[in-house]
Amino acid sequence: MSEARKVLIDPVVDNNPVTLQMLGICSALAVTTSLLPALLMCVALTSVAALAGATISALRHRIPNNIRIIVFMTIIASLVILVDQLLKAYAFETSKQLSVFVGLIITNCIVLGRAEAFAMKNGVVMSFIDGLGNGLGYSVILIAVATLRELFGAGTLLGYPVLELTSNGGWYVANGLMLLPPSAFFIIGLMIWGIRSWRTQQVEKPDYQIHEVHRTEVY
Amino acid sequence: MSDKKEFDRDSISNTLLVAIGLSLVCSVIVSSAAIVLKPVQQRNEELYRQQIILDVAGIMEPGADVDTLFENIETRTVDLETGAYTDAGDPDAVVAIPGELDRAGIAKREAFADVYLVMDGNRVDQVILPVYGKGLWSTMLGYLAVAPDGNTIKGLRFYSHGETPGLGDQMDKEAWRAQVVGKVIYGSSGEPEVRVIKGVVPDGIAGEEHMLDGMAGATLTGNGITGLLQYWTGPHGFGPYLKNFRETS
Repeated sequence: MSEARKVLIDPVVDNNPVTLQMLGICSALAVTTSLLPALLMCVALTSVAALAGATISALRHRIPNNIRIIVFMTIIASLVILVDQLLKAYAFETSKQLSVFVGLIITNCIVLGRAEAFAMKNGVVMSFIDGLGNGLGYSVILIAVATLRELFGAGTLLGYPVLELTSNGGWYVANGLMLLPPSAFFIIGLMIWGIRSWRTQQVEKPDYQIHEVHRTEVY
Repeated sequence: MSDKKEFDRDSISNTLLVAIGLSLVCSVIVSSAAIVLKPVQQRNEELYRQQIILDVAGIMEPGADVDTLFENIETRTVDLETGAYTDAGDPDAVVAIPGELDRAGIAKREAFADVYLVMDGNRVDQVILPVYGKGLWSTMLGYLAVAPDGNTIKGLRFYSHGETPGLGDQMDKEAWRAQVVGKVIYGSSGEPEVRVIKGVVPDGIAGEEHMLDGMAGATLTGNGITGLLQYWTGPHGFGPYLKNFRETS
């Protein structure tokens, strides 16, 4: 059981798909202008990652190696279409805001990456938990970014006013930059900095270092 | 375990079996989900369309019941040819658009169109016309609200399009929708002159009343909006109807 727990918790901080593996950045920029679509995106991605992991793991002894990537894509695409259809039926307004990004879960590197790296080698339950964990890791980052962006960009959370805007007679001047995609880069960048200062083992070794060569010494 | 060793998952027969089997199973799952959920989705689309109509009319309030608000709206069918109301419009009748008139890039249009009269008591406050045309990627479907003078725009909003997120879809934004209000459709010659320009409309420029703000990075979407507005307010679109509408209200 402790292993299951490790598989679930590890991707949230120590092996976070966004801040350590740098996967899924595209949608992290696109859907985080406000909290509600970000939450929905988290649910969508987490369920797809978990179910895709379980399905692929169940078929892992049958999937031929040379067509495995396309088999993953087919399974993931079917799950995504299913999720997209459900959202259109039961969360119509928000699904409009998410527009193409639910569909783009198909190409989200987290899902495919976990299928190849984990589900092909591990059991059904573990793969499900692994998908769940990675989805949660993605969700943590997405929710944090969306909270900051909506709060400081629009003064609201989930659409409810928190900081009274000057345009409504309050005191807070909305920071329009927060609503633009670059702000998500800044926030994610600062988060990575923060996490790596806290967990120094995540700092990557430089691939290449320029040596200063002085006349008198040779490295 | 010995069974699995003998089983060759990379054999051609297994590859074909997995490919075909998976495709079949996945297609059944996907298509049955689409069929089962269709009624709910269609109801959503319909509600959304009504909401857009109310929104273009400026009477949508957040959280209000769409059906109740819609009671202030009278749906009438217009014969586009004559511009008169009719009760016997065949909804499936289609008219081809002559190439040189086809500013909206749609090739054909229906012969009869539903318009929505927004009532304020017994007085017609505005009329909402369905408009559509080609943008850069997609056919943009929307509604145009026109004041009783048949000439002043009271709102324009699209409810379905596939324009570039972040560029072409700026037309969905509050700021863009707000600057459309009060613009004038027809020039002194009686031809539609309303159009989307490049960049923001400068203050005090001649013909300012006909110009809509362009969207940075979405010139072709803007051209599409110009085309569909000019077609639908022109002589082959709602031109005759708007003339009647002005005279009767």
